[in-house]
Amino acid sequence: MQVVIAFLLSLFILSRPATAETIYVSNEQDNTVAVVDGASMSLSTTIDVGRRPRGMALSVDKKRLFVAVGDDNRIDVVDLGNRQVTGQLPSGTDPEFFVVHPDGKRLFVANENDNLVSVVDIESAKVIGTIDVGVEPEGMAVSADGRYVACTSETTSMVHLIDAGTFELVDNLLVDTRPRAAAFSPDGKQLWVSSEIRGTVTVFDTTSRAETGKIQFEVPGIRREGVQAVGMEMARDGATAYVALGPANRVAEVDTKTLAVRRLYLVGQRPWHVVLSDDQKRLVSANGNSGDISFIDLENEEVVKSVPVGRGPWGVVIGP
Amino acid sequence: MKLALSIVLLLLVAAPGSAAPQTIVVGYIGQTRTPPLPLGPLDQPVSDDGLQGARLGIADDGGTGRFLGQHFELDQRVLKPGEAPTVAIASLAARGVAFVVADLDAATLSQAVAAPAADKMLFFNSRARDDALRQQDCRKNLLHTVPSRSMLADGLAQYLVWKRWQRWFLLVGPHPADQAMAAALRRAATRFGAEIIVDKPWTFRPASGRADTGHVTLQTEIPAATQVGDYDVLVVADEADEFGAYLEGRTALPRPVAGTQGLVADGWSAVNEEWGATQLQDRFRKQAGRWMTAYDYAAWLAVRSIGEAATRLRSLDPAAITAYLRSDDFLLAGFKGQGLSFRPWDGQMRQPILIAGPRLLVSSSPQPGFLHQRTPLDTLGIDLEESACRL
Repeated sequence: MQVVIAFLLSLFILSRPATAETIYVSNEQDNTVAVVDGASMSLSTTIDVGRRPRGMALSVDKKRLFVAVGDDNRIDVVDLGNRQVTGQLPSGTDPEFFVVHPDGKRLFVANENDNLVSVVDIESAKVIGTIDVGVEPEGMAVSADGRYVACTSETTSMVHLIDAGTFELVDNLLVDTRPRAAAFSPDGKQLWVSSEIRGTVTVFDTTSRAETGKIQFEVPGIRREGVQAVGMEMARDGATAYVALGPANRVAEVDTKTLAVRRLYLVGQRPWHVVLSDDQKRLVSANGNSGDISFIDLENEEVVKSVPVGRGPWGVVIGP
Repeated sequence: MKLALSIVLLLLVAAPGSAAPQTIVVGYIGQTRTPPLPLGPLDQPVSDDGLQGARLGIADDGGTGRFLGQHFELDQRVLKPGEAPTVAIASLAARGVAFVVADLDAATLSQAVAAPAADKMLFFNSRARDDALRQQDCRKNLLHTVPSRSMLADGLAQYLVWKRWQRWFLLVGPHPADQAMAAALRRAATRFGAEIIVDKPWTFRPASGRADTGHVTLQTEIPAATQVGDYDVLVVADEADEFGAYLEGRTALPRPVAGTQGLVADGWSAVNEEWGATQLQDRFRKQAGRWMTAYDYAAWLAVRSIGEAATRLRSLDPAAITAYLRSDDFLLAGFKGQGLSFRPWDGQMRQPILIAGPRLLVSSSPQPGFLHQRTPLDTLGIDLEESACRL
């Protein structure tokens, strides 16, 4: 059944024009979500949301956008049909980043100020569980099979592996200083964690939980303090990962087998998060300091356009 | 060996608390200080700054420590006015304490690092801003987490020059600390291309604005004291906070005030909430019931440095930690946007200098365009080539 769905989905993806998509960007300092038309690469509109929007994710049916509005201690629900906030979810205090569980029913939210991960039931709009983690939880990831949720804690320098069913801590792995994002490989075998202060990504084997590799990012002409690894995105085929390098104003393309950095893309200032288009041919970065997003054409290996979206772009999501 | 080590580590990590945790005791030596009378009703009276920062550092170290089987403890000693630190140090040494946060004035700190038991210890200066401690009086057993006066002056100067407020009126208080700050500001002006148009001591007796008609007196005194030729910015050196706060809004010419009051350059400010600092400030306020000061922050940096080294080494061995702190690999996350490290030539922690207004953060130095062959952070303070420190 799942195979059939996957097959049908892939047909659907292949048959759609690459550009029929919409990019959503959270503007941390404007309290808006910018809506950018993927075909024309131009700003369509902005949606007013709560205060300090950062983490975002689509619902599994892609009809709604969840936006963590940290200063209002909640998650706003945007109806993508009418592009308005139509509901709110509780989140625990100061939600920064969260993931939608593949079951479509639950959110796992990092509460940065309370050293907690909150589990939110979407339908009942209730917090149904909390998990104690390290100091300043930040990055969140969920494995494709839904078994594990990973959460990084910035001051503790750990990634916490959470059983998504029992809400219990399965393991706590030491990573480099001030970890930011976490990402599972599509096959779930690897867990990647970025470190802001050391400019690295640490790769773990999810089963043995041993560290299997480390990527040290370097940008010619920039001191190591200026090279910081933040947001990450894995290609669907698992062969390539993209890592935003913050104040180095670059996005790195990494070969996931060799862990070699294939190339660096010069984007806007201080990219926070990156996202791949559905056809995997384009990458978009949200650039916090220059107030824009950069479109990278991955086939031609070039940055093709930057589009001003507002003040403090942070999260970026691509939907239909 | 490496495999065996990682298996042991995995076991440790997988079962927090199952193995007996190792303990490291960090010493703290402070001094009883008479808190200055608050200038205004919004000022918070503080009697435990520094100590509260060290305490928060211990709690933060424990966050990682509990997963690694490392336990951090603080042993605090507070000296009475005039008391020498020797006895406290001997008793800390007898407990096997290897790391000490020295929340001490320069004279007491110099006594501390020269104490007989101090040789095998490592001190973190979290209070004394004196450049001499990083220069001719530098020590092998001494690191500095509080920025020096020259770092503060350089950070401020870069911002003022970036603003093109290059013509300064320097107004200097009567105390030796004010003279030292003024010297650092004069050096910074020369380094970064500002010009000191007027250089003047503050000669008035500090008046109290809290008296019934205090503002009337100040309204007449300060225009007279600031009656000079034209300038861009009044730069004030008043570390004791005796008169600087009265200047803004009362100067003869309508000009901004910067320095120890007005636009203040310091290692930390309660108004900083960038770079994730909100979480640190919130944690601190929950613990201490007040704002975090620059001395709290410096003490926090000291304790966190020990914790970060212990985390990276997965060891509490003092010799290994000491070596790692001074190595090129050490980088601490300090909520100022980039990793912090110790300068090998004088033990000073490299760090951005915050430029803060009374309610909001204004900027952070180094400013764009001030370049350096090693790191822009080394544009602040005494650089390797000009250092008089011989370790």
